[in-house]
Amino acid sequence: MTRFLLAAMAGGLFGAGLVISGMTDPAKVRGWLDIFGDWDPTLAFVLGGAVMPMILVWRVAARRKVSVTGVPLPQMPPQRLDGRLLTGAALFGLGWGLSGLCPGPAMASLSFGGAPIWTFFAAMATGMALFGLWNRRA
Amino acid sequence: MNPDWIAGLIGGLMIGGAAALYLLGNGRVMGASGLLGGLIDGSGRSDRGQRLAFLAALIAVPALLVGGGVAERSEPVAGLGVLVLAGLLVGFGTRLGNGCTSGHGVCGISRFSLRGIVATMVYLATGVAAVLIARALGWSA
Repeated sequence: MTRFLLAAMAGGLFGAGLVISGMTDPAKVRGWLDIFGDWDPTLAFVLGGAVMPMILVWRVAARRKVSVTGVPLPQMPPQRLDGRLLTGAALFGLGWGLSGLCPGPAMASLSFGGAPIWTFFAAMATGMALFGLWNRRA
Repeated sequence: MNPDWIAGLIGGLMIGGAAALYLLGNGRVMGASGLLGGLIDGSGRSDRGQRLAFLAALIAVPALLVGGGVAERSEPVAGLGVLVLAGLLVGFGTRLGNGCTSGHGVCGISRFSLRGIVATMVYLATGVAAVLIARALGWSA
């Protein structure tokens, strides 16, 4: 039960942060990526604000074996820079720049974004499902 | 209204707080694409309940904030055809590359993970390229 409650609290806080920071505004995201045009540096503050506390939190996590609810804390995965990572990140960036949307903000906008957000979300879910099919064969 | 960078910083701290809560509370790395993708392809069956709880709140809290007038709704920057293409790229790409802005960007960089840092640099670079391409082709909403 605690695990569900904590997950909901984290999800809610994530959603609030995305809306308040401006991450759910595709024009703002486009402005951040538009370094050769009318550049908007706001997202640097969003990323900085999110990364700085997490640097400390990872140190706390490194000193513990399990989470508060008794789940083993995640080990650092093998740090291999393979084609999947690079190609996946490249494709994601293209979609992100074209739409100004990434997965978190897209979901946070579902209630108020109307048809454009649902269109993006449906395509994103399809892309994830297609990956699942492709990955099982590959 | 606050200048944008203050709102960005406050919102960013909340995003970091959410990642902290999910890590120290539930022992999970917070990544939006992984949370959703695991539900779609069945790889997240073992912790389905907490994924659903997380995503339900991720949708509900912004609904309350925007519905209550605390935050503004936003306008799309691309037409429906471009959104379909972009959605497919984001969906497939984040699963192939195992993360998006929250997983690689927030949780990976802060952990000094080489994969997270490199993935972030790559998607930032292609994101910049995509904005240039969209402008050259005249793609906007």
